[in-house]
Amino acid sequence: MEKRVLLIEDEPNIIEAISFILSRDGWDVKTHSNGHDAMEAVRGRQPDLVILDVMLPGRSGFDILQDIRSDAEFASVPVLMLTARGQEKDREMAERSGASRYMTKPFSNAEVLDAVRSMVAS
Amino acid sequence: MPESSMIGTRIRERRVMNGIRQSDLARRVGISPSYLNLIEHNRRRIGGKTLIKLAEALEVEPATLSEGAEAALIAGLQEAAGAQQGSRAETDRTEEFAGRFPGWAQLLVGLQGRAADLERTVETLTDRLAHDPHLADSLHEVISSVTAIRSTSSILVETEKLEPEWQSRFHRNINEDSRRLAEGAEALVRYLEGAASSEAEIKSPQDELQAFLSAHGFHFPQLEQGRRAKDAIEALIADAPDLATDAARRLARDALEQYRADAAALPLAPFREALRRDPDPEALAQAFGCGLPLVFRRLAAMTQDDVGQVGLVICDPAGVLTFRRPFPGFDLPRDAGGCALWPLFQVLGQPQIPLRARLRQAGRGGDTVRALAACDQRAPATFERPALMRAHMLILPDAPGAADAPVRDVGVSCRICPIRDCPARREPSIVADGF
Repeated sequence: MEKRVLLIEDEPNIIEAISFILSRDGWDVKTHSNGHDAMEAVRGRQPDLVILDVMLPGRSGFDILQDIRSDAEFASVPVLMLTARGQEKDREMAERSGASRYMTKPFSNAEVLDAVRSMVAS
Repeated sequence: MPESSMIGTRIRERRVMNGIRQSDLARRVGISPSYLNLIEHNRRRIGGKTLIKLAEALEVEPATLSEGAEAALIAGLQEAAGAQQGSRAETDRTEEFAGRFPGWAQLLVGLQGRAADLERTVETLTDRLAHDPHLADSLHEVISSVTAIRSTSSILVETEKLEPEWQSRFHRNINEDSRRLAEGAEALVRYLEGAASSEAEIKSPQDELQAFLSAHGFHFPQLEQGRRAKDAIEALIADAPDLATDAARRLARDALEQYRADAAALPLAPFREALRRDPDPEALAQAFGCGLPLVFRRLAAMTQDDVGQVGLVICDPAGVLTFRRPFPGFDLPRDAGGCALWPLFQVLGQPQIPLRARLRQAGRGGDTVRALAACDQRAPATFERPALMRAHMLILPDAPGAADAPVRDVGVSCRICPIRDCPARREPSIVADGF
């Protein structure tokens, strides 16, 4: 069965590119592009993996991650955080909020694929 | 420290309150009235026996007189000791220190206050950079579009048998994103340029001098006449809004005195006339029987009407640029050292041999200029130290018809220089390695 991934990101062309490479890799990709109701999207999609951008309109990715972690049903779902800033502060914040992995933009497609494969396999 | 908290003021207040004359109090305590006067005006620090005797005569506890001042001082010292982690200050003897060395103690407390102020300034500046919303916005825009382009372009390159619909879709996306990238980068450049000018308050004395000289177009008619030059120099400095610090005013005074001496050696009228006959610096030096550096400096002190485009850099023996008249098409670094390939630095090693070269600055559209370099002595040698040399490089437009002559490729300063594999490189370039 195809693994479900939920991509929460607001840049349409990044959504398109990542959706494309993940679909070709055999994933069932769903996307969501704003922060307000991201948590509802997580509940509705029941993903095996979440890719979450830090800078989202409406709500920060860190806040959304906290919601995901405090919901018993999703407390252990792997979350890959994406951010435009590679600062140590953001990395620490991501780790504290419970991100499973952290990736800084710009990334290569191969990095994304490697990351999502290893996160679901483990 | 406020006046009212000082010992002398308290003594005076107490004495006036008790209705004692200054001379009477002085006599009772066994000091001269003039000394007491100095004490009362906080011009002399007292402690120990004199304080105790004064307190007795004024019928108060010695601590009442000293407490205000000392308490503040001691609190300040304790704060200073606490602020310096791992400090081995003898905190159990703070009072003794404040009592015995009030001046040093005051200085220390003052320095601690200054250090705290500076720390706050640094924090504010760091914060401004890290949390500046404009900078963050522009960067976010640039990084987002770069991310999309990178991902999309590698799909186009790496996916075998990509369907035509997808292909045209991704092409369109790349086109969109590259436009956004261009806009974002432009916004970023605008921001950084703006930031540089809004930092006007954080200028070095050299910058202030540069602004002052530029504002006058590097030409000072007031100093071209022999008389009252000293007054003219002081008046120029007093009227200069660009010279905000003492250090800058001193630099300006030196520069203007050099100008004055040069103008006396090569007066304006005959120099201008000779210039019209033949503007070649070497011909000018021969006509006036003087060295090239003087001619260079005089050329750089003329208005553009007289000499056209002329640039000049002067450096000291350590290679630090001390004078810069800019030349369009040949950048001079603002504060970092120049390019080690400039003839300017070459003549420092061969001060008796002037140099002439055609230079092309890398990464600037290939403008070629004519550079003439020569050295003179700023101070003659003594048995204790060598002569202090000063190198000059005059920058002139390329000579007509010189297009086939050899050209030396040089940079501005390493950080922004795109020349690869340069043996003169002293730090990595943000241009060569970044793109």
